[in-house]
This record gives sequence, structure tokens and C-alpha cells, in this order.
Amino acid sequence: MSTTQNTDAGPRPGSAQTGPDTGEITVAVDAARESTTRAGGAGVPQPRPESPAAPVPAGPVTMAKALNAALADALSADAGVVVFGEDVGTLGGVFRITDGLAARFGADRCFDTPLAESGIAGMSVGMAINGMRPVIEMQFDAFAYPAFEQIASHIAKMSNRTRGALPMPIVIRIPYAGGIGGVEHHCDSSEAYYAHTPGLKVVTPATVTDAYLLLRAAIDSDDPIVFMEPKKLYFSKDRVDLDALREQYESGAADVAGPRAAVESGGAAVARTGTDATLIAYGPSVPTALAAAAAAAEEGRSLEVVDVRTIVPFDDATVSESVRRTGRAIVISEESGFASVASEIAARVQERCFHSLAAPVLRVTGFDIPYPAPKLEHHFLPGVDRILDAVDDLQWED
Amino acid sequence: MSDDVRTDIAEAARSFGITPEDYMLPARHLIRIVDQDGTVLSTEEQGAEPGHDYPVPADEDLLEAYRRLVAGRRINDQNSALVRQGRMAVYPSSHGQEACQVAAAACLGEGDWLFPTYRDTVAVISRGVDPVEAMTIFRGDWHGGFDPRQHKVGIQSTPLTTQLLHAVGVAHAARLRGEDTVVVALCGDGATSEGDFHEALNFAAVFHLPVIFFVQNNQYAISVPLARQTVAPSLAHKAVGYGMAGERVDGNDLVALLAVLERGVRLVRGGAGPLLVEAHTYRIQAHTNADDATRYREDAEVQEWLAKDPVKRMRTYLTDRGLLTEELQSRYEQEAEDIATALREGMNRESTPDPQDLFAHVYSVPTPQLAEQSAMLAEELSREEAS
Repeated sequence: MSTTQNTDAGPRPGSAQTGPDTGEITVAVDAARESTTRAGGAGVPQPRPESPAAPVPAGPVTMAKALNAALADALSADAGVVVFGEDVGTLGGVFRITDGLAARFGADRCFDTPLAESGIAGMSVGMAINGMRPVIEMQFDAFAYPAFEQIASHIAKMSNRTRGALPMPIVIRIPYAGGIGGVEHHCDSSEAYYAHTPGLKVVTPATVTDAYLLLRAAIDSDDPIVFMEPKKLYFSKDRVDLDALREQYESGAADVAGPRAAVESGGAAVARTGTDATLIAYGPSVPTALAAAAAAAEEGRSLEVVDVRTIVPFDDATVSESVRRTGRAIVISEESGFASVASEIAARVQERCFHSLAAPVLRVTGFDIPYPAPKLEHHFLPGVDRILDAVDDLQWED
Repeated sequence: MSDDVRTDIAEAARSFGITPEDYMLPARHLIRIVDQDGTVLSTEEQGAEPGHDYPVPADEDLLEAYRRLVAGRRINDQNSALVRQGRMAVYPSSHGQEACQVAAAACLGEGDWLFPTYRDTVAVISRGVDPVEAMTIFRGDWHGGFDPRQHKVGIQSTPLTTQLLHAVGVAHAARLRGEDTVVVALCGDGATSEGDFHEALNFAAVFHLPVIFFVQNNQYAISVPLARQTVAPSLAHKAVGYGMAGERVDGNDLVALLAVLERGVRLVRGGAGPLLVEAHTYRIQAHTNADDATRYREDAEVQEWLAKDPVKRMRTYLTDRGLLTEELQSRYEQEAEDIATALREGMNRESTPDPQDLFAHVYSVPTPQLAEQSAMLAEELSREEAS
């Protein structure tokens, strides 16, 4: 994909006077829009079997808008919810996910903090101790690392250390992964760090509907949740009625595979049914997997796509059921493959489905290199061709 | 600066008839009311300046604090003994710092919060936490032994200054709800080098939060002396950089500590913004039982500080003032002994943590994976039992 427009991007947004309509932010946002448009041809997720039966589909809604609506509805529903971070107030976030919240709910409910990620995460611990449900934003994946000590040492452990006396109902929102041509430290696939930390849950939506429902469920959960938002899907669109979604969520009408259950015990979803092999993907890789499945179908191969949705807790049941049925599996993720979430999934599938497998479980991931510069990023990211090559390697002859 | 000075700072300064700069900068000298021999210093010798003069607290407050001081010393020494006897894994003693420990808890009201470090067990107990519950963490039964919400005391943690941000969050949540909670957050001199120290002070100042950052400067971070942590004029001088007031106080003078902290609590509760208080004190014993302090400091230095002992000083002061009778002294000592006995009995009682607790409260509901692992452990244990 073309990334050349990003190479002269400005300084880190939020660190200086970068306005809402200047410099890198616009470039990043535009790139996200563009990449989504590109993905749209091949990768717009198909309606899923368990999608809510919205009466009359409303107009197209972006994932960014769905996340924004989820935050607004959560702020309305629970006076304990507070949203804070860098540039989330007046500006509405560099990706505009908190757009309008400060104006609508006031500066006590949605506010900017000093530019300090550990401070944001650490303050959220204290606010949770004192009865609130903080939703904090890390501006970009690779800017979240100063907060890691607070996240790993306190947010993840506090409930356990206090035998449940101090639950940490905190949502840490992190825009993550690539595909937007982000310059240095603006793209990272950091999910494995969080997934490896017991006490944290890690949730990542791939569709507009899931963005709304999973974020609502994450905010309502008493467990700390790292909510990883695929940057390149922020401006992906789907016909979704946000009012209907809100009613569905708040009435608890969702079935057992609904968002609350998914966040509590794991909830993968079959995004496309197939019979010959299972592609297991999450977040930004789901549209890519769907595109690969569509391409494979033209060649006569029927690929199932499972959207993991909740990396932690992992839904072994749904994934295993699919793989046992198809007999072949490929795990797809953008992260570097070594010691990755993809590695964990491959191991789990191998352990649970060994006797149903016709071929080793393969992984299609990013290379084991520092996140590449925009002009080389497309070589790094798992694309349709690389996935199809892996499909070809699944020992079809026997 | 007068144009930009924050209203809360300006108002506090005005109430003392001094400039905001003079309010924020610590007094030129340590605030000390009672000298190391137990005599009351003259006002000029107390380090007092306009806006930095501290009246002696009420007699009953002094006696109550002394009662806790006697208990605090006994708790420290009992816990160190229990470590030597192998009943506890580790105990970072605050022997020599008990006046700071007692004052940090005594200055707080019922709805206020205390955020301690791992060395602040005496402050935790002084706040009302059961001594045996407080020691659970050091005995190795669990990584925490009390309910922080019950006594409004944060859990003791070893990563330095991370708890200062938790204090800031508690204060911010209280302020959003319109509550007048005050939070005292503790850390040591070495901890002031940590990034979270900076972030916590800055957040507290920017959000105008009622937090007192109380630094026990005991001169060493394990082995590294203060000179290797900072070349600032004092730790209290760091306050002005954040737009808050700082003060230095003799950390072995319980009277001065109570005077400074009580006024501090009143100020921050009234909306004057956060404060930084630096107490000069000394860790008489090694960092922990695993440390050898002779490798980095001279015995002469320890002896010098032993002469400034906070317990002896307070006893002399109260006795000379006629407040402390022999009878009261014996009663306080007996109470301290009772706590020590309870600690010994509690720590000598065999504890058998339930292995299945390993999976409790990792998540609000165990994940399928944890349920599997829990079943695996149960199976292992039942096989062990059978064999």
C-alpha cells in the first residue's frame, strides 16, 4: 500500500502545539481512511451469523464513531465512568475517538492530563480504588510503555493482592498495529506484552459492531482490560444502527455469545464459514484473513475465518471446534511472530486438535524486526498473498 | 510570577502575610521544636519564619502520639526479632524513623487515606490495621494482608513511588465527588529520583489535589547516599518547581512533625493544593535483614543518630513538661508489649495458605484457562494426599 505521503510527518502529536488539523495527525488519519478504503474492496467483514438482527440497517458508521458512541453511552449509563488521557478533552483525541465527550459530559468526566503515561495509568489505579471506573487512553501503542510498570505491577495485580478488596475496573484503550503508514513509534503490535501479564484481559475488535459492544462490556467489567483498537480499522465502515446496539446492549438482550460473556470468559466468533481450513485472526488481521478467504474461494478452497475478539480470555472452545472440523489451521497476526500471541494460539490448537490435524499449524505474522518504516511496512505485514502461500503449504496432497 | 501564581497558593500565602514565593519555598532551616536532649527550643531556634511558624500541638495529641511511638518502636524490634527467628521472610524496619511513622498516621482524619511504602508498617499499624494482618505480606503468606478500604490505607508495595500516583487518583476521585478527603503519600529520599515521583507531584499540582507528599529522608537508598540522588538544595525545594509548597522538618522530633503535618492537612483540606514535606531522619538498622550496612556507612554516623533518638527525646520532653507520668509510661509500655505478644503469637501460629487461593481474584470470575489450571492443581494435590 502507498505510504509515501507519511514520510514528512510532523512531530509527535500531543507533545507540542500540533493542532487538530495539521501535521501528522491528519496524515495518520487520512492514511487510516485510505487503508480502510483499500481493505474495503477485499476485506470488509461479512455479516456474521450471530450479528444482531437490526431491523432496518442505518447508514454507514465508522469504527471510530462506534467507539465514540460506546464511550458516550457508558458515560451516560454510569456516573462512575471517567475518560482521561492526552488530548482527549478539547481536541477529542488524535484519532477523534473522544470527540465531543468533554463538551457533552463536562471536564470532570472527560479530561486532559499532563503528558505522562505512567501518571495516567497510576492515577487510574487510585480512582478505581476510590470507586470510579476509569477509561484511559494511551495515545499510540508505542507511547504506552512508560505506563507499563503501573499496568503490569499494579493494575494487573491489585485485585489478587487484596483478595478482591480492590478490583481494578479500568479500561486502557490503545490504538495499535500498523497499516496507516505511521512514522517511528507510531505503530507497534504490543498485544503480547499485555496478554502475557496475568490479571489483565486483552480485547480487540475487528468490526464496527464489536467495537461498540466489546468496549461497553469492557467498561462494565470489574477486571482491568487492555482494549486494543486497530488503527487501520478506525475508519472502516459498516451499516450499523448505534441506537439499536445501545438498546441491545443495555437490555442485556445479547445471547450467551454476547459481549459481556465474551469479556468474562472469552468469545471468539466465526467471521466466515468454510470447510477446508481455519484462518485464526484478530483485530487488524481479520479483514486481511477475510480477503484471503474470498480469494481462496475463487480457487475452490473453502476457508473458515475465526475472529478471536478476546485474546485474554482466549476462547479455546470456538477455535478448537472450527479447527477440528476443517482439519487445518493458520494463525495470522501483525505482531512479530517469536513468542507472540500467534505462537500461543498455535500451541493451544496443536495441543487440543492434534488428532484432527492434517498439517502442522502455521503462523503468518510480522517478521522479528523492529517495526518497519512506512515505505517498507507492506513487506512486513501479513498480506493476502502470504496467507494464501501458507494455505498452499497445508499438505493438501495426502 | 505574581501574574501567573495560582489562586490557591496565593490565598494560602496571603493568609500568612507572605509572598507566594516565600510560601512555596521551605524555611531556611529545618523546623524543629524539641531539641535532641528533649528541651524546647526558643522560637528563633525552631527554624520558624513568618508563615513557617508552627504552634505546639495540643497536650492530648502529643500524649496519644507518644503512646503510638512507644508501640511503634516495640513493633519494629519485635518484627526484626521474628525475622531472626525465621518466622518471617523479611522486615524492612523503620527503627529510628518511628516519629515520622506515627505522625503520618496521626495527622489524618477518619475519611482520609494513607499510601505507605514497604518500610511504613508502623504507620500502617498506627492507622489501625491489625498488626498480624499488616505482617502477612512479610511473612510470605500472601502479597497483602489487609483490606485497604477498611482503614483507608493503601497496600504496601516495593516498586518505588508508584503508590504516589495511586494517592493522586484517590484524591482526584474524592474531589470529583465533592468529598474533602486528604491523602498522605509516603516515600523515601531515594524514591525522589523515580519518574513517578515527578509525575505524581505534577499531577497533584495541576489538578490542585489535597495530597501531602511526605518524604522520609533517611539518608540512604539501601547503600546509596542522598548526594548520589540529587544536588537540589533540599528535597523540599523540589516543591516550588511544581508550584506547590515545601517544608523541611526534623524527622526525629515528633512535636515538630505533628505541628507541620497537622497544619498541612488543614491547609490542603481547605483547598491550598498539595504539599511536599521532607523529614530528616535516619534508618538506624540495615535496609533489611539481607543487607550489610557496614559496607557503606560508618558506625560513628549511626552513633550520632542514635543520640537523636525520637522515642527518648519525646519521653524526656513530655516528662519535663509534667505530661507523662511514670504510671502512663508503664501503661504505654504494657500496651506495646501486648502488641508484641500478639505479633509473636500470630507469627508463630502455623499458617497453611490454601493452594486454590492461587487462582482466586486473578479475575472477577476465573477464566476457562484458570479453571483448567485450578483443576489440574486439585488433581495433583488429591494424588499427593492419596499416596
